[in-house]
Amino acid sequence: MDLNTQREHFIDVMAKFTGYAGKHLPDDVIAKLEELRSQEDTPMAKLVYDAMFDDLKMAHELNRPACQDTGVIQYFVQVGSKFPMIDEIESCLVEAVKKATIESPLRHNCVEIFDEKNTGNNVGTRIPWIDWEVVPHNDEVKIYMYMAGGGCSLPGTAKVLMPLEGYDGAVKFIFDQITSYGINACPPLLVGIGIAGSVEVAAKLSKKALLRPIGTHNSNTRGAELEAMIEKGLNDIEIGPGGLTGKNSVMGVNIEQAGRHPATIAVGLSTGCWAHRRALIKFDSSLEYEIISHKGAVL
Amino acid sequence: MSKKILTTPIKNEDLESLTIGDVVFLNGYLVTSRDDVHHRHITQGKELPVDLAGKAIFHAGPIMQEKKDEPGKYEVISIGPTTSMRMEKLQKEFIEATGLKLVVGKGGMGPKTAEACQANKTVHTVFPGGCAVLAASRVEEVESVEWLDLGMPEAMWVMRVKEFGPLIVSIDTKGNNLFEKNKAMFNEKKETVVAEIIKHVDYLD
Ligand code: SF4
Repeated sequence: MDLNTQREHFIDVMAKFTGYAGKHLPDDVIAKLEELRSQEDTPMAKLVYDAMFDDLKMAHELNRPACQDTGVIQYFVQVGSKFPMIDEIESCLVEAVKKATIESPLRHNCVEIFDEKNTGNNVGTRIPWIDWEVVPHNDEVKIYMYMAGGGCSLPGTAKVLMPLEGYDGAVKFIFDQITSYGINACPPLLVGIGIAGSVEVAAKLSKKALLRPIGTHNSNTRGAELEAMIEKGLNDIEIGPGGLTGKNSVMGVNIEQAGRHPATIAVGLSTGCWAHRRALIKFDSSLEYEIISHKGAVL
Repeated sequence: MSKKILTTPIKNEDLESLTIGDVVFLNGYLVTSRDDVHHRHITQGKELPVDLAGKAIFHAGPIMQEKKDEPGKYEVISIGPTTSMRMEKLQKEFIEATGLKLVVGKGGMGPKTAEACQANKTVHTVFPGGCAVLAASRVEEVESVEWLDLGMPEAMWVMRVKEFGPLIVSIDTKGNNLFEKNKAMFNEKKETVVAEIIKHVDYLD
């Protein structure tokens, strides 16, 4: 394949993949929602879960975005330093978003700062947002696609605490935010927490935590315990689907960390809604692809 | 239980028997109105291009597709509610200015809106968040669009709907507020839960 054909193929696959992920939730999210749904026994909670599953079924049958807010498109790229198309990825992703906006279709969700005009194609200054990680001695690329909806981005926050406020301070901060802003973010939520030394690192890690599948654990034993404690604690508050009360509040709590400065503990929070549109695709060096997040997906 | 259906134009009597937590459905006119529509009409004082008296508004920014064979006519692809709380700042004034009777959105609204609902016999309801294809399936026709210069999510989409719901009453005409009630409950439980967790997180050496 010459470069142009390769680009066309890559753009086409990424456009279809992006659209697909707006119409179908990843396997781990579906499994968790089914589990949570089965635990509910009040008419209100059942009504909301019924609506969600009816919606997913219709989204599949009619080939439409499950939620109208298809978000600002974000790609988290883990690229091997030897991936042959490394120079093309960024421009191809931009083209893929334009294409998906028309073909899927996606809602127009990019408003330029200061000009306050909607660009109408989901592409704008630094949008789609692309996050890069380079993997040495590797010739593949893994790309996470995430639709950052408005409702689920709204609870996002980060703060730098003093060490003597300790982890207590971080825990309080998280709970205050989830019991206020979280209620409107279409629970059950996936809660992403980043803990680090400065605000931007914590914030970024909180979003990366949302990319980790539900049911996986923090690499540190205490971290994993803290995830479990916060998850149980939030569930005991019984926010329920749609914030209308129920047996649970969250699909999970994922924490990611980076070393901190001795004088600071920064904590970041990102939330994913029940329609957690996160998808993962892998391309090898000959551009053969595999969709990891959605088993059996056909683009 | 029979399905409770509201039909536009909605009258005060239709709403007065409703209580928070009730489930209703809507027949008739549902018009999207969110941040920019509220801002243009109330803050900037521009006249609304649609008469909302007796009708329902929807805090929603849809995905619409222009029909290939009928330019200017649209089909709704996906339309779910957006966070109602964003409209809290202007909702009261908007209700007073328009005479609208039903607000459909997501999540709760604050005391100012609750006050306006009581004074003007208006009800705030929530449609299950994110269930946008389900909602689209209850739209019979997109009759027109106004203020499209605001962009697809912010424009006023005038829709005729059939058994649109489930709509859960979150603020009734008596001034009750379901989400405020829930929030108080969540906050109470939060105190106990947090106190328990912080016993176990003294990781500092
Ligand atoms: S919070 Fe998620 S499910 Fe709810 S409206 Fe926003 S994107 Fe859709």
